[in-house]
Amino acid sequence: MSPSATAATPALPEDPAFKLGPTYSEVPLAEKQRLFDAVRADERYPTYLHGCYECGICVGSCPSARYYDFSPRRIAQAATREDVELFYQQMVEDIWDCSQCFSCLRCPRGNNPGGVVTLMREVAVNNGLDSAKQAMKGYTRIIYKILSTGTQIAPDMLSAEAFPDWGPTVVQIADNLDIWRRALPPETLHTTSISWDVAEKTLLELYIIWDKTGALDVIADLDPDLHELLEEIMEDRLDEAGYER
Amino acid sequence: MYHQPGPRRPNKAAFSWDDHYVPEDFHEQLFELEREGELTVQRVPEPYIEVPVKYGRTKKVPVGHTWHHKSCGQCGHIPGYSTSIFWVHRKLGIDYVDPHDQTSCTAWNYYASATSNAAAQASVAVRNFAAAYETGYFPLIHCGTSFGHYKDVRKELLEHADLRAKVREVMAALGKPLVIPEEVVHYSEWFYAMRHEIAKLQVRDFSRIAVCVHPACHYHKIVEADAIYDPEIYGGQRTAIVTALVEALGGEVRDYSTWYDCCGFGFRHILVNRDFSRSFATQRKIERMMIEADPDVVVTHDTGCVTTLDKSQFAAKALKPEFATVPVISDAQFAALAMGAHPFLVCQLHWHAADYHPLLEKMGIDWERAWAQFEEATDKLRHGEKECLTWEDTNV
Repeated sequence: MSPSATAATPALPEDPAFKLGPTYSEVPLAEKQRLFDAVRADERYPTYLHGCYECGICVGSCPSARYYDFSPRRIAQAATREDVELFYQQMVEDIWDCSQCFSCLRCPRGNNPGGVVTLMREVAVNNGLDSAKQAMKGYTRIIYKILSTGTQIAPDMLSAEAFPDWGPTVVQIADNLDIWRRALPPETLHTTSISWDVAEKTLLELYIIWDKTGALDVIADLDPDLHELLEEIMEDRLDEAGYER
Repeated sequence: MYHQPGPRRPNKAAFSWDDHYVPEDFHEQLFELEREGELTVQRVPEPYIEVPVKYGRTKKVPVGHTWHHKSCGQCGHIPGYSTSIFWVHRKLGIDYVDPHDQTSCTAWNYYASATSNAAAQASVAVRNFAAAYETGYFPLIHCGTSFGHYKDVRKELLEHADLRAKVREVMAALGKPLVIPEEVVHYSEWFYAMRHEIAKLQVRDFSRIAVCVHPACHYHKIVEADAIYDPEIYGGQRTAIVTALVEALGGEVRDYSTWYDCCGFGFRHILVNRDFSRSFATQRKIERMMIEADPDVVVTHDTGCVTTLDKSQFAAKALKPEFATVPVISDAQFAALAMGAHPFLVCQLHWHAADYHPLLEKMGIDWERAWAQFEEATDKLRHGEKECLTWEDTNV
């Protein structure tokens, strides 16, 4: 039985448990409830949340709480209280501020607010929420890199245009990239557009994983163009290798 | 009142715990599932060293015969990190594999964008585990996030039969078994385990080198019971990783108040919201270290930490000229330098941003001569005399 089947009736907007009252009134409560249930349906959810002492230890160690209007305690509280209004507000406004460092795991109740945020992000992405699209601006090139090459960071990403705040070293690296990469003793690192040399067979296996687990479907709503591009790349390579989807 | 610079403070009491608070040892479930035919366990090869982890338990760390699971950020942007890990292995005469049959764990992207799912993440992990298993070599994980994520994936796989079934189905399509290693071992645990062997080959005196240690969040916060805690280091109150190595090499570890804070990496922030990463790294970490402990170097043990703490300093200095910078390197680079590694041909310090020259001078290294040697070697590549440099070229 899914957790949502036994869900308690959500608190009404006039319930004093609401800290801020209902927000995003243009979004029906049923939709907010659906998204909340989707997070709660993840089988990791019961191990991430066990109630909240409201002690604030998580906030005290949270880097994002120091620089954003973000609180892992409020994340845990909203979920525990099944406050779907606040929960939705957090999906729109808060979750992309989290640093995912998991400092909040020092919770004496055994909660994992950072883990709850991960699940909320997954649901936000899967449902193509505007907050997810906004958060991904400028980031989709990274998704392209990791899904298509099997490594996330490429040496040739280092450029003065991309990292002007990292100082003159970046310029020196960019100017000498090919030579400095070939000067690295391990032959696996003689690459400029990928972190290390990944075998062709290995890459195909990764594509099969994406195919079998629906990992590409995750970005279908988020970025249809990127989704189509990645589908084409992987389909071509897998077809050439004789893999039947 | 700030703490005065000086040796690290003793803890008030050794770490103790109530039995009811101790999480279950995952090994019991792992071997039970193996007996039931649900998965294959790759055993830690002998010889291994048993190191202390939290709650009085131990963990097996293989000495050699290891399959090096590389890190995206290390290989891509701070390659001297990876080369130093390999160089120390070679210096100790330990065999290893640097595989092409390895992908990223993809967890950096997952923590940044959530554009994945549990089955995909677990399948990527198990594919890499299976690739190592096929070679007979045991995985040694270079990245702290890969290490933390793989511990999490192991937990999910052990707890959820549905996930195991899905991953088995995916692995069947690849012709691979569902393999989980007996231990998930981070390379810095290997450096902890081997620190006395490393110290035997030390050729540079580090007794004047003051160090601040930044323990990586994903190393000791995710699945916290599976991280090295040594009663001899901080009374076991915090992870002994990095600190024990620095002390074994004669460095002076200096404490600072924000040691538990993360570096500010943020996964997505370092790429697309860097104002946050920069502010946190410089204000909450570097400035606190410099004011409270005045180190010669910050030593840490993960990709994101080296990147964020190092690269963020340029903008802080540009904004505030009195901002005191400090070099940031990995424990692997620190150990390699102690053992006589070349600062550029091996440790590749020219990929780092904060000024490291005063540190090299204090270590007794003539960096101008070393840089000339590096330029001489790379000129051979520029002039087509060589296609690439090899390990033999590092022996200058």
